[in-house]
Amino acid sequence: MTEQKYKFLSTPRRPVEDRRFVAGRGKFIADLDRPNMLHVAPLASHHAAAVINGIDASAALAMPGVVDVITGAELAAAVQPLMNGLNTPNVRRFPLAVDRVRYAGEWVCAVVAESRALAEDALEKIIVDATPQPFILDAEAALLETSAPVHPEHGSNLLLDRKFVWGPVDDDFDAAAHSLSFSVTWGRNSTVPIETFGVLAEWNGWDQMLDIWASIQMPKYADQIARSLDLPGNAIRVHYDVDVGGSYGVKRGIKHSVLVGYVARKLGCPVRLIEDRLENMRAGDAHGPERKFDITIAFDQDGTVRSMKMRALDNAGAYAGRAPFQLGKPISAIVGPYQINSVAYHALSVTTNKTVQEAVRGFGQAPTNYAIETAMDRVAKYLGMDRLALRQKNLIRKDQFPYLIPSGSYYDSGDYHAVIDKVLAAADYPAMLAERDRLRDAGMMAGIGIAACLEPSGGNSSFEPLLNQSNQTSTWMESCQVNIDALGKLTARIHTTSSGQGHETLVSTVLGEVMQIDPELIRITRPNSLESLPGNSPVGSRMAIMLGGAAARAGEKLKAKIMAIAAHRLGVAIDQLRYEGGDVLAHDGRRFTWDEMVELAHRQYHNLPDGMDPGLASFDIMQVPTGDALPVDDKVQMYPCYSFEFHLLLVSFDPIIGRPDIHSYVIGHDCGTVINPAIVSGMTYGGIAHGIGAALFEEFAYDTNGQLLTQSFLDYLMPSSHEVPAIQIVKHCTPSPHTVFGQKGSGESGYLGAPAAVSAAINDAVSGLGIHFEKLPIRMSAISDAIAAKTS
Amino acid sequence: MNDVTLTINGKPVSGVTEPRVTLLDFLRDVAGLKGTHAGCEHGVCGACTVLIDGTAVRSCLMLAVQAEGEDITTIEGIGGSGARAGELGVIQDAFCETHGLQCGYCTPGMILAAEALLSVNTDPTEHEVREAISGNICRCTGYVQIVDAILLAAKRLGQRNDAVPSDATLA
Ligand code: FES
Ligand code: FES
Repeated sequence: MTEQKYKFLSTPRRPVEDRRFVAGRGKFIADLDRPNMLHVAPLASHHAAAVINGIDASAALAMPGVVDVITGAELAAAVQPLMNGLNTPNVRRFPLAVDRVRYAGEWVCAVVAESRALAEDALEKIIVDATPQPFILDAEAALLETSAPVHPEHGSNLLLDRKFVWGPVDDDFDAAAHSLSFSVTWGRNSTVPIETFGVLAEWNGWDQMLDIWASIQMPKYADQIARSLDLPGNAIRVHYDVDVGGSYGVKRGIKHSVLVGYVARKLGCPVRLIEDRLENMRAGDAHGPERKFDITIAFDQDGTVRSMKMRALDNAGAYAGRAPFQLGKPISAIVGPYQINSVAYHALSVTTNKTVQEAVRGFGQAPTNYAIETAMDRVAKYLGMDRLALRQKNLIRKDQFPYLIPSGSYYDSGDYHAVIDKVLAAADYPAMLAERDRLRDAGMMAGIGIAACLEPSGGNSSFEPLLNQSNQTSTWMESCQVNIDALGKLTARIHTTSSGQGHETLVSTVLGEVMQIDPELIRITRPNSLESLPGNSPVGSRMAIMLGGAAARAGEKLKAKIMAIAAHRLGVAIDQLRYEGGDVLAHDGRRFTWDEMVELAHRQYHNLPDGMDPGLASFDIMQVPTGDALPVDDKVQMYPCYSFEFHLLLVSFDPIIGRPDIHSYVIGHDCGTVINPAIVSGMTYGGIAHGIGAALFEEFAYDTNGQLLTQSFLDYLMPSSHEVPAIQIVKHCTPSPHTVFGQKGSGESGYLGAPAAVSAAINDAVSGLGIHFEKLPIRMSAISDAIAAKTS
Repeated sequence: MNDVTLTINGKPVSGVTEPRVTLLDFLRDVAGLKGTHAGCEHGVCGACTVLIDGTAVRSCLMLAVQAEGEDITTIEGIGGSGARAGELGVIQDAFCETHGLQCGYCTPGMILAAEALLSVNTDPTEHEVREAISGNICRCTGYVQIVDAILLAAKRLGQRNDAVPSDATLA
């Protein structure tokens, strides 16, 4: 692909959304009030597992301002169980516990009152008669046949147990000179947005319409609520003009929305549920993957990695949620950026008595990347080989693209070696090594972390049919509509909420580029779900590719119409015309202006080509590029595009205190053509901050009674401006052949490699002591304890 | 119920409220100013930051009745309002320039923390900026472009009459 010159794309432009946010004029869910609105507060279980014998809400109901108390039994009689995507009909989940609670914090019932404060007061008056039951927290233990199932009707704790063998694994192991095995664990953490989840529902019986406003990032949200409430799809109207205060995957909110939708319908009033922080941490859709990896890797004396066996055991928590599918996405990049010839993958997901796991940024890819990168470091150490040289040896080369990996996906494009070279130069790698040694000489523990990884992007959903053969999903489309009004101005419509990704900027920039019109002059609106075209929301690093693609294609359709009008008006063939900044120029110098064109299209039907519809509007519903087929032989093309990142950082800490200090952090990032540089950089910085949190601080930890220990921001520690260093981004651009401008995804950038890189740095620092940290997060206390144990 | 009278963004505001209502909820629900956000409601995240006599304060940790008579600035008091709505203050403009935000939820608190810093330190170092916002958690940005924004704002405030610099710190 040749270098393209863009007028608006890839140029430093202010994101249009920022203006309202810096003024405090975002429209977040908690900012919305409706007349006579009621408020919901859920009652949380104190037990990790218990049978509910009875609920006495009479004292609560007698309190002034309390309108209703909804129990699980009432709700289950009125709504369908929430969907989970697996064939596990006996793992039933309702918004409120039915007969039995399965984790501490699970909602047992919900108070509806005239204010949230009154609802919370009433919670204290509800008496739940419950008999505690045995519970299980550990995923390996949950697998044992002797362990009580979290869902007795299901018969075991297994949600998913799939074995894949891609390529000649046994042969490759036989042929390899060496193999080694190790285990690593990704601790239960998440992206924890600063805004909790909230939803407001309002039923209008005269219209038979349920209006919903919510802080969501959830594909098929309206459909799922309609199914659960047994309402026609066109009786649910989700308003997409709600600003979402951060999500990074977790703002799913189905159970909240079904509960609130049910209450709104029952009472005929607007009803709102805004989680408080405690509800969010222990029972919101807050928890991400908790995953143990057992890896055996086969390699030669020269460092060539031939094959890998990976067992990934995921602790899904008490219900299925979307968690098991988070074992599926990593299949699309199961060998990372390396030429590994064959892979055996055993994906296991089990229920335990912990909070339900939900989708988190990267959808399981960050844990897997951590495991793969740890394997590369282990191999290097085993062979006494330089970690960087080992990677460079195994990386897919530029001339090998498109590159087919054993699990069936083609990587589209890349130049991994070039990115790494750029990073090493930018970081002055020899100086970094010297600084590490200087720090060590000064008595500090110092280490360098390296990680290379991929960001599968384009947000297809092929992991669903791959993990569940009865699922026939082969499209994950996205849409955009464009209109030119009678005064000649463009308005584009997008059909989703945003949580900071800058979709308005994306669409206006792309359309501006296609139409050659200043993006500042293009208006972006978000209609409600009934006025929307089909889409799948911003998941799987897809919107630059899919929404950007749909916007560009809708723009091209408009342009084609404009050219046809011009050709008719000027009496020349279209190929004799040139589109220029909105006007159309004929080869003979005549100019058909934008204003004339608008006038014709909107008012002068008699001057339009025969049979052409009046007006200037277009839309596009875009299929995911390359994502056309269902899996065959356990293989499928999963994502169209693969962004690459390479992390390099230097860490030091005092051996007694063990508090890591990141001295320098450089990331090389290639996500193809960048639409808005500031947005992409921001995603990458933010992703690295999340990754630092996952590596060093953040964990939803439980005590032996099944109680969540980290349920406030005092215990669940997130990186502040002190812990996130200045970060240098080194950019590289290998356009994707599959997208309109060569763009790839960047919404998960940084996060996919930072945990691996930070872990590698800490492990490098302690390697002289023979210490391996095999679990994230590697907290200060773990570091200082491990060193003390070795040195005392 | 208690009567509370205070000054918000230069205007006197009175309201009747329960003694247990926080300043945060008073600002949002009684004064109708939704730019001050709830993140944790236990004093850690800083999303609820407002200025009291120019000092950054967590409005979730203060009761409305404790704020009686105080002079409070919220994000709505920064930049233009009414007929001047749409005019950004210098710090707000710098946040737009560097894209010092994504979802915008922590942003009002960040801008008020920056306001508090720059009102007493017109030429902060990067370290001082990081210190000033260290009580404000942002989950989107990794702070890099926020730090850039505040340093840019400091520079611009120090050169009040300058034209807008063109060196957007878009790394
Ligand atoms: S809401 Fe006040 S500090 Fe978090
Ligand atoms: S911009 Fe989203 S939390 Fe800071």
